[in-house]
Amino acid sequence: MSTIPDHLRYSAEHEWVAVSDGVARIGITEYAAEQLGDIVYAELPNEGDAVTAGEPCGELESTKSVSDLFSPVSGEVVAVNDAVKESPETVNSDPYGDGWLFSVRVDGDPDDLLDSDAYAALIKEGE
Amino acid sequence: MGTDPRRTPLHDVHERLGAKFTDFAGWQMPLRYTGDVAEHNAVRTGAGLFDLTHMGEIVLSGPQAGQALDYALVGNASAIGVGRARYTMICGDDGGILDDLIVYRTGEQDYMVVANASNAALVAGELLDRAEDFETEVRDASTEYALIAVQGPRAVSLLAPLTPTDLSTVKYYASYPTTVAGRPALLARTGYTGEDGFELFVAPADAEAVWSAVADSGEILPCGLSCRDTLRLEAGMPLYGNELTTELTPYAAGLGRVVKLDKPSDFVGRAALAKASAETPARKLVGLVTDGRRGPRHGYPVVDPADGARIGEVTSGAPSPTLGHAIAMAYVDADRAVPGSALAVDIRGTITPVDVVELPFYRRSS
Repeated sequence: MSTIPDHLRYSAEHEWVAVSDGVARIGITEYAAEQLGDIVYAELPNEGDAVTAGEPCGELESTKSVSDLFSPVSGEVVAVNDAVKESPETVNSDPYGDGWLFSVRVDGDPDDLLDSDAYAALIKEGE
Repeated sequence: MGTDPRRTPLHDVHERLGAKFTDFAGWQMPLRYTGDVAEHNAVRTGAGLFDLTHMGEIVLSGPQAGQALDYALVGNASAIGVGRARYTMICGDDGGILDDLIVYRTGEQDYMVVANASNAALVAGELLDRAEDFETEVRDASTEYALIAVQGPRAVSLLAPLTPTDLSTVKYYASYPTTVAGRPALLARTGYTGEDGFELFVAPADAEAVWSAVADSGEILPCGLSCRDTLRLEAGMPLYGNELTTELTPYAAGLGRVVKLDKPSDFVGRAALAKASAETPARKLVGLVTDGRRGPRHGYPVVDPADGARIGEVTSGAPSPTLGHAIAMAYVDADRAVPGSALAVDIRGTITPVDVVELPFYRRSS
């Protein structure tokens, strides 16, 4: 069973979101990282890009597969984790910490995200 | 379909090791344990341990077992020396590849055919049909064997203390009936990783004892099917379903050498293959490389960088852990399949430059 921290919110596409001072920091969940396998390439949005909730905004490639990265929120990208581009394996080793992907300025609290219990139920359903 | 996937006799061992499983050809197989890249690198630089019990084994025994295989397969099975093995294929009447196989001659009148898991039932059925007029028993023995592979440059030194057989005398593509960890095993110097290594056919009841003895013999990582795919891709080895299909003859796949048109006996597909041998295939299997990790995947179009015209299709692709950039195999129009030439692949909408290279991408230093 993978870790699902209580203080984060989640999308059905397996991203996590941490909102603080109007900025949403975004990454993928440990479950998603385990499903992908070792991530060897991360294409992330650029600072200044406008991203839309539920739309692809990048991609993550592992030796096994490639999958779209969806933005769980709408807004302007204000920070990108360049360290992950250099060392994509950080997403596997520390998905909720150093393996964060990008940050988006959001207007208020994003809707339609799951709490940790709801996300845990979603994963269970899929298995 | 709809039935639960089969589990190998090592399933509990894999669960204890924390394997992530995948359903593959009706089997629940370990996809990875620690991580794809670590497992891949272990096989390249040390040793890796695989459960390949999903592979199919079909055993032929009888005075005409060799002749039956000469008729059923494109190779010359009766010319294989006792104790030796050969890579070969089984084709349809139209010359299309039904599966690629390894045939082990285990005795004067005994052969074991190892088929891909996805084709095991089909191959067993074909062999039964095709051997009908020959004096031989044909038995699908898939449930009688667990298959454990020990692959990597350290395979010899790890296995040596566990078997009475002098491994330095075991040639590549040879097999010996012996014991491993005190259990009867057919030990074969074969593999699908591009490294030196062994495949151990053992009774299901002995699988755990053999696996544990090898795992405890020194520095060796359990490895899943995920890294097996990147290992074979780097080694330029074809995968049935990707590089090999019923739509292709061995000649079209660049493997015409496995077809022994000059063998004395008739064989299934002979007329079609004789014709195919005289023709120049429209497309050729080549290697493609990019300078980044973002690379071509199975099914992506190969295009002309000048005008975007479609000139081929990627059959397998992945970022290469050993080389640090993306690699792929593709069928490309023969006149464009020239090593050194610059082509492009449509990677999810982005036209990405690729270079054509000779296969394999990786060759072990011996």
